[in-house]
Amino acid sequence: MSTTTEAQRPEAGSRQSAFVRGLSNALRSREIAVAAVLVLVVVLTTLKSPSFLFGGDNFRDLLVTPSILLLLAVGQTAVIITRSVDLSVGSTLGLTAYLTGKLFSTYPDLPIVVVFLAGLAMGAVLGLVNGVLVAFGRVPALVITLGTMYIYRGIFLSWAGSDRITASDMPPGFLDLGTSSILGIPILTIIALAVLAIVGYYLHSHRGGRELYAIGSDPDAATLYGLPVTRRILAAFVLSGALAGLAGVVYAARYGTVSSGAGVGIELQAVGAAVIGGVAIFGGAGTVWGAAIGAFLLVTINRALPVIGIQDFWQRAVVGALIIGAIVLDRVLSARQERKLVEERDHA
Amino acid sequence: MAGPAPATTPVLELQDVRKSFGSVAALRSGSLAVQAGSIHALIGENGAGKSTLVKIVAGVHRRDSGTFRFQGEDVDFGSTASSKAAGIAVIYQEPTLFPDLSVTENIFMGRQPLGAGRRIDRARMHEEALSLFERLGVQIDPRRPARGLSIADQQVIEIAKAISLDASLLIMDEPTAALSGVEVERLFTIARSLRDEGRGLVFISHRFDEVFALCDTVTVMRDGEYVGTNAIAETTNDELVALMVGREVAELFPKTPAPLGDVVLDVQGLSSAGTFHDVTFQVRAGEIVGLAGLVGAGRSEIARAVFGVDKYDAGTVTMNGKPVPANRPRAAIGSGIAFVAEDRRKQGLVVEESVARNVASVIRRRLTKGGLLTSGAENKAAGPWASKLEVKTNALDMAASTMSGGNQQKVVIAKWLATNPKLLIIDEPTRGIDIGTKSEVHRLLSELAGQGMAILMISSELPEVLGMADRVLVVCEGQITAELDRAEATPEKVMHAATRGASTTEEIKA
Repeated sequence: MSTTTEAQRPEAGSRQSAFVRGLSNALRSREIAVAAVLVLVVVLTTLKSPSFLFGGDNFRDLLVTPSILLLLAVGQTAVIITRSVDLSVGSTLGLTAYLTGKLFSTYPDLPIVVVFLAGLAMGAVLGLVNGVLVAFGRVPALVITLGTMYIYRGIFLSWAGSDRITASDMPPGFLDLGTSSILGIPILTIIALAVLAIVGYYLHSHRGGRELYAIGSDPDAATLYGLPVTRRILAAFVLSGALAGLAGVVYAARYGTVSSGAGVGIELQAVGAAVIGGVAIFGGAGTVWGAAIGAFLLVTINRALPVIGIQDFWQRAVVGALIIGAIVLDRVLSARQERKLVEERDHA
Repeated sequence: MAGPAPATTPVLELQDVRKSFGSVAALRSGSLAVQAGSIHALIGENGAGKSTLVKIVAGVHRRDSGTFRFQGEDVDFGSTASSKAAGIAVIYQEPTLFPDLSVTENIFMGRQPLGAGRRIDRARMHEEALSLFERLGVQIDPRRPARGLSIADQQVIEIAKAISLDASLLIMDEPTAALSGVEVERLFTIARSLRDEGRGLVFISHRFDEVFALCDTVTVMRDGEYVGTNAIAETTNDELVALMVGREVAELFPKTPAPLGDVVLDVQGLSSAGTFHDVTFQVRAGEIVGLAGLVGAGRSEIARAVFGVDKYDAGTVTMNGKPVPANRPRAAIGSGIAFVAEDRRKQGLVVEESVARNVASVIRRRLTKGGLLTSGAENKAAGPWASKLEVKTNALDMAASTMSGGNQQKVVIAKWLATNPKLLIIDEPTRGIDIGTKSEVHRLLSELAGQGMAILMISSELPEVLGMADRVLVVCEGQITAELDRAEATPEKVMHAATRGASTTEEIKA
């Protein structure tokens, strides 16, 4: 129990204005650090080769391509926060991208909104399957979603066969989404950012969101606390699936072609983006804002490295180093924080 | 001793509540009546059923039968959420906080004050946390994360949770176990003010001085059953100890007297910050020394330090006159120590592996020929031990996971006997073992001592300690509080020393 000698501490805290506190927290936050790295990468690459940012469609593309990974990373964050992981999102993305093309080629007059909703719904159902298996089966999510990753991919392969969706299967109005912008910002990016804002707000300011953090921070305590653990985990997986479904539709609009390889391996990029953005791999901490910046950083670095003239092999190694570096940084920082907190307590 | 005599409707009323896990009855007949505006102590030995009773009230477990009334109404909680909603707050031995979240969030999780659009009103939440802490008279920054808080502060947060819930019943399961004197006083002040507000409190503790200082009423449990309830003012320390122990030492535990040899194990001034302090004792050849005490007193930790699994800060361990290096189990085995750990499934066996492989696991290096290990060599080495201990198994290649607890324990013992130890440390030798195998294990220990082995036995079962040990060392809060010879060791004396009945401890030491 703290004694009165420590009385100044909370008082000092409240004397500091909310604005100053918020600012100092933000400056020390992981999100700002990752964003700074992102800006650095863009600036350095542009200095070396101005067309990286200013040439042709490059600026638009720097914003559009990460949007797909961003959607996955946002869903992944909601799952990782609860101390789970969702490896099936790449396969879900492939399936819904194919569904998108198939819907358009079968019903050419279908409103675009309906296709978006269909993608969301299909993703949500696939996510629900994951959630039910994880939440009720009490099997680690890593194993379950590794299994469903292959199953969903298998369904995709047997459904599509050697068929592939091409731009001619889809209406121009839909494909335009991939190229048109509002106020210089591509529409697909706006959709992704809107999703990011909604999920970010929910996780920060709603009971359900906070409970996801609590569950990941200590699952046993969450049960003793009487939190609806099963329901929340289920919801996190449904969200992750639905966003992967949405990402599938965006994928179809962005690339115009969908082959059976769509989305292979992207689930690991989504996990990587979340980790780089400061989401704790064992749950309980991190924000979707960080994960989103992480997604931008991952995609942008992949484009920047060839421009700077770094060989293909090293490009992947750099991404790996980023992920390991992020985790090591987390460890060091949390060890330091814990030590500081314990010292504070002992000097109290 | 009078039964519970309710003047008004009790907040909590349990009558003949029963709960079994599989074939084991954790609670045979639990009864408890807690009045509003009073602090009710619940005491009993380890395994008396207190925690099970608490968990039923908290909604963690569902009772099999019996009456359960809360505020005069029959209830049956299927989850912790429903008991909480009814107004019951439980503070467990281990505080259950979310380390990553702020103190404020920990208090209000799931019940955060909401503003427009069901948005969490963080400013209001913060204010409420501040005023809760002010009311409790503590200074904790509501914004800091729960990680790194002292146990005492964590408990304050648990209490703040209970108050913000406006709980009418607050149960504290051994809240003082990890607290210092000042912290205990602070906790008591809070508890009394909650009582004066008309709430009912249940206080589980092993420290009698605290029970007498804080509580109004006391209920004693033993072996999963209700024994009696008394007003604190009308009872005494001795009466409570007698009620808690209340049984004869069964003749189940024969230790045949064996001539004592030289000192085998010599432990001097062993200390480990926060776990045990200045522990000094010796074990002689042919002697069984019992380490008695309550769960969490530090007995297993002492054993683990001696064997070198855990580090220690100060002190020495000597085997047959030679020092045993700290923190090196391999060296401890080399010096002749064997350690049968408490949790045999996790620490004693590779349950998926065969009996032979388990028995041979520690002596494996000796069995290899040219770096290779054959099943034949393992079977040959394991066979005699398994048959000697009458491990009931059809074949040595049977997986250990398929065996009963008693047979598993025998396999673990066989594994260690195969190393020809001079000292056997055995932690809870008969936990979870049926009566028949139990006495076999006891006979075996007695036989080994007869052959000149030194044995250090940790047991939470008083009759076992009293029946088997030549000498009983009682550990309380990391210190040896009494050393009793076989002749003078009685259940009462051991319990007094284990609960630090203040005056009597001195008597025993003298």
